[in-house]
Amino acid sequence: MKGIDYFAPPRLEEAVSLLRRYGKKAALMAGGTDFLLRLERGLVQPGVIVDLKKIRDLRGIKSNRAGLKIGAATLMDEIASSHLIQTRYGILAKGAAAVGSIQTRNRATLGGNLCNASPAADTASPLIALGGRARIAGAKRVREVPLEEFFLGPGKSCLQPNEILKEIFIPSPVQRSAGSFQRCTRTAMDIALVNCAVFLSLASKGGVVQDIRIVLGAVAPTPVRVQAAEDVLRGKNPDEKTIEEAADCAAAGVRPIDDVRSSASYRRAMVRVLTKRAIEEALREAGGEA
Amino acid sequence: MARRTKRIRVTVNGERYEKEVSPSKSLLDFLRMDLNLTGTKEGCGEGECGACSIIMNGKLVDSCLILTVEADGQKIQTIEGISRHDRLHPLQKAFAEKGAAQCGYCTPGMIMAAKYLLDHNPSPTAEQVLKAIAGNLCRCTGYGSIVDAVLSAAKER
Ligand code: FES
Ligand code: FES
Repeated sequence: MKGIDYFAPPRLEEAVSLLRRYGKKAALMAGGTDFLLRLERGLVQPGVIVDLKKIRDLRGIKSNRAGLKIGAATLMDEIASSHLIQTRYGILAKGAAAVGSIQTRNRATLGGNLCNASPAADTASPLIALGGRARIAGAKRVREVPLEEFFLGPGKSCLQPNEILKEIFIPSPVQRSAGSFQRCTRTAMDIALVNCAVFLSLASKGGVVQDIRIVLGAVAPTPVRVQAAEDVLRGKNPDEKTIEEAADCAAAGVRPIDDVRSSASYRRAMVRVLTKRAIEEALREAGGEA
Repeated sequence: MARRTKRIRVTVNGERYEKEVSPSKSLLDFLRMDLNLTGTKEGCGEGECGACSIIMNGKLVDSCLILTVEADGQKIQTIEGISRHDRLHPLQKAFAEKGAAQCGYCTPGMIMAAKYLLDHNPSPTAEQVLKAIAGNLCRCTGYGSIVDAVLSAAKER
């Protein structure tokens, strides 16, 4: 850790040009709750740290007709306690509130949670369910990627070496839509064993499911959408049997691992339970039966 | 080549400091070693135990997971800064009275977490107290006396 240099540029362009200047030697940091651990353990050995927290353009929550923009360096706690997010994008507020302790949420950022690309990231599943898109700044332009294509594997995102995640955009929810976020974990502060986010809309009050996204975290190398389970429900007015069928489908569609926290088979069983719960709750909230 | 140190300015417990620090030094080490404020403890050094909790710009944070250079221009409060002259903070008194400190190692962090709670929610329920200290581990007390102390301090204030 000798001779590390540190920059906290006030503008995004400066951060991008620092990345270009230092190449592989540079490491980006936002809240640092994950990065500093890896630095301490020698898992990363950067020559230069580029701290993104001073960049105004990366902070804050803004909404308009089209939807919601959240700067990548916005704090987890700001997201968890934002009234706007709690009321209109509730599953994201719940996901953010599930991250670590308050000490961590006061430091950790949304962009950091996503860019670390942990399969268990608690904000990733809700954001994918909500149809979120990542806006990524490079040297020349900003490109947009659906969040479900953002993650490539554990610790791997689609960010190129000179790129910085700028913000997340979430389209405004359509009428009669609602979601649910469920997770199970060993202790209050631990990362999720499994998490599940569902977001759906109904064609009419009490009517058929028009659109639905079911997203699972911690059961595959990346957060995953289980489209087979979505297909079971789309266009239907689901009864208990259909919901169970969708939950079975979700459990069959994942590839959980055994690790110190839990066995694969327990995770798979929990996928079934959480998916069922999430579908039921989302249907109730949207004004359907169940 | 990279410079070895950076100059920073911080306000800690109302006092202003200007220092040269290594960019890789944690804020916890800076407080303890450079400023001699050893009330803030290191338990895990990994953001798990909360022993190093401080309040920076009004937010409760783990100082072990912050670089000193990140604190440039910020206002910090540590356990040493919450008593007024020789009068203990109501939380400190309540912890003493309720036996909420046994070995005492978690206590400074616990009190900072409790203070952050009471600053935002002056009359919390027991459940809210437990939630507020979820990031602070105590190996001795079993938490019961800590919750009692926080609740009784809330009544005092
Ligand atoms: S020493 Fe900082 S959280 Fe344990
Ligand atoms: S009193 Fe010993 S760890 Fe809490």
